[in-house]
Amino acid sequence: MTGLPDHARPILQPILQVENLTKRFPSVLALDNVSMDVKRGEIHCLLGENGAGKSTLSETIYGTYLPDSGKIFFRGAPVEIMSPKDAIAAGISIVHQHFVLVPPLTVLENVILGTQKSGLYMDLKYARERLNELSRNYGVALNLDARVWHLSVGEQQWVEIFKALYIGVDLLILDEPTAVLTPQQSERLFSVIKQMRDEGLAIIFITHKLKEVKAVSDRVTVLRKGKKIATVNTKDVSKQELANMMVGRDVVFTIERQDMPPGEVVFEANNLRALNFHGEEGLRGVSFDVREKEVLGLAGVSGNGQKLLFDVIVGQEKPTEGSLKLAGRDITNTTTSKRMKLGLSSIPEDRIKEGLVMDFMVEENLILGFQRREPFAKGKTLVNQKAIRKFSKKSIEDFDIATPSSKQISKKLSGGNLQKLILAREFSQETKFLIAGQPTRGLDVGSTEYVRRRILEQKRKGAGVLLISEDLDEILNLSDRIAVIFKGELMDIIDVNEADIEQLGLLMAGIQKGEEV
Amino acid sequence: MNNFFQTTIIVGLFASTIRIATPFLFASIGELVTERSGVLNLGIEGILQIGALVGFLITFRTGSHWLGVFGAGFSGIVLGIFMGWMVTTLKLNQTVSGLALNLLAGGIAFYWFRVVFADVGAENLPNLRIFQTARFPILSDIPYIGTIFFRQQWLTYLAFLSVPVVSYFLYRTRVGLQLRCTGENPRAVDMKGLSVAKHQYGALAFGGFMAGVGGSFLTLASSGMFIPEIQAGRGWIAIALVIFGNWIPWRILVVALFFGLIEAVQLTLQALNANVPHQLLLALPYLLTIIALCTAAGRSRSPLHLGLPYKRE
Repeated sequence: MTGLPDHARPILQPILQVENLTKRFPSVLALDNVSMDVKRGEIHCLLGENGAGKSTLSETIYGTYLPDSGKIFFRGAPVEIMSPKDAIAAGISIVHQHFVLVPPLTVLENVILGTQKSGLYMDLKYARERLNELSRNYGVALNLDARVWHLSVGEQQWVEIFKALYIGVDLLILDEPTAVLTPQQSERLFSVIKQMRDEGLAIIFITHKLKEVKAVSDRVTVLRKGKKIATVNTKDVSKQELANMMVGRDVVFTIERQDMPPGEVVFEANNLRALNFHGEEGLRGVSFDVREKEVLGLAGVSGNGQKLLFDVIVGQEKPTEGSLKLAGRDITNTTTSKRMKLGLSSIPEDRIKEGLVMDFMVEENLILGFQRREPFAKGKTLVNQKAIRKFSKKSIEDFDIATPSSKQISKKLSGGNLQKLILAREFSQETKFLIAGQPTRGLDVGSTEYVRRRILEQKRKGAGVLLISEDLDEILNLSDRIAVIFKGELMDIIDVNEADIEQLGLLMAGIQKGEEV
Repeated sequence: MNNFFQTTIIVGLFASTIRIATPFLFASIGELVTERSGVLNLGIEGILQIGALVGFLITFRTGSHWLGVFGAGFSGIVLGIFMGWMVTTLKLNQTVSGLALNLLAGGIAFYWFRVVFADVGAENLPNLRIFQTARFPILSDIPYIGTIFFRQQWLTYLAFLSVPVVSYFLYRTRVGLQLRCTGENPRAVDMKGLSVAKHQYGALAFGGFMAGVGGSFLTLASSGMFIPEIQAGRGWIAIALVIFGNWIPWRILVVALFFGLIEAVQLTLQALNANVPHQLLLALPYLLTIIALCTAAGRSRSPLHLGLPYKRE
């Protein structure tokens, strides 16, 4: 920070004031009378669980949504932000959690999109100079002519931030910016946004990670179920206090992982190679095995081949080379349903698109994939409604799925309950090998805990588990061994007792032990 | 003598290649711009027909060919905007909307034609003098080259000129960048405070204009008369050419010429009474289209958001 005494710093005027903002969506009250303010030269965290209203609040400030009631003041004057256009004109910019980039275009084209209001030609020369200046200022190197889909997720994040800085902002909103970064990349990001703060920017930093609140913010506003709980100075509160405010009850953080002697090898992948969506080699010789009563965690920044590996293992993509073995049998060329019959259970990363049919009833989703098996099948063509009803009732009870009835349309369920529904279905057969892709992403604390407990229960029952996750804490808490994937290759497989977060972070960035950073 | 005969045939073949490619080029360059904005306009077959009819009627009444061309282009703009209303404002399914537009246009063309020429028998349908071909001093008189390149229709030169113009527009101008972004990721455009709808309406209007003008080429520069379904599937092939050309203007030019060549060969072989079943010759362009599409399928890359309506979540 500058050496000015506190009273002389220009940070005390709020640049943004939000008063009694309310926003109702058809099914939920997303913002309930929320007020907050953000000052110049401040990093202000918005903390809350998934579904607490953080993103709704920021999208309302940015004009993506219109509030039902409430006022927004910017630089002391009331403003009506009817659309992103108004927000940009006022000097507000946002970096969305899910990037809004145009992948086939270059970095330069992405940055200048919409920044020039008139004229036939694009002023590329000015754009280049301005971007190089920003690069130098923040010490971030970007290849302006690279196509965005060739960039790593971390680099794409910088493109998003530069997009915001390029048009000139006074208030920058970052929505869960570290979700896709390695620990080292997050550190780098923190130091850059602190520099921005010291240059006088106001920053809203949205997160659900307490560590980050403590690491980066000056003040923090906690939201829960659309309501503001409190705004506090970060240095005055402990992590535990923040957690309690966020969840509304005392939170226990860790889940007990039990060390147990692993059994036989239940799943084997040998030298897997496969092509991704762009026709490039997305898996480049991946080999590992998973034993009974063991969780193998697969850590890595998203987009390094996890999704492709999942698809190859469940049989939705064909490997170009290599083989797969499940319970001693070669399954490289078998169909998904054969693999399921051999004891493969899967929790897909995108539960809405790949795990469920959202317009189906709960009971239909509960037997999806098992409809040809006893007791749900009646002969070759019919289904046994009675058996389905009975099974659904039991599943809803056993897995504590909050639904008015088994005939409820699935899309009315919350994310946590949808995930429980998938678990109930997948665990209804004897699971020999479970592959779980991002099983707790987007879930609230309670559901997360539940899902993790159920996964560990499968391990106790004897299943081998491959846990794909971007959440390093989750990986460290649940896994017995940890594999790190980078650009379609496994960097290393290490025992959890020998793993530390620093080393995992380096591996996730593709840096081997002992290599120069 | 035999040699001279062969040369004439070959020169004629290349000259007709360029002529035949013209309406395809109009329609597919227009469709390219439309698809780059994320809208799949399956209705250009219908717009071609309306353009052919409107161009014919206006020229028939006024005697001005160029007035006919502009009228045809204007009718295309109207239909393009109608398509925009369906897919951008009402956010209807683009495939269904395109098919509906075809049916509508086909119906209008047939009905309108019958109303205007109610008392005319099929054998004496009205005929127009077609556009005069261009003549350039010196250039047009160069042997062979002159015949192939410098005695074409003015509309043909316009069609070929549209390739570099559209290419420049898409890759070098501000609005071109915004348009490409709309087709790849409309949310990025929306979040920058730009209007997705405006870009798509604009692209559809341009695509409609081009298809309308392409249609008028059929009546005003090619046959001199209008019969229902005169476009004979050219709109569908134009859509295939966009795919085959991988959504890149220059490649579309190449594939349109390739397609024109096939047609020209087919016509020449028929004219020469070659010992090939003429049904096969007629089917040749369509067979090649299918083969081309199959081979292009793996390698081509469409705009990422093509065919999907954009809604803010």
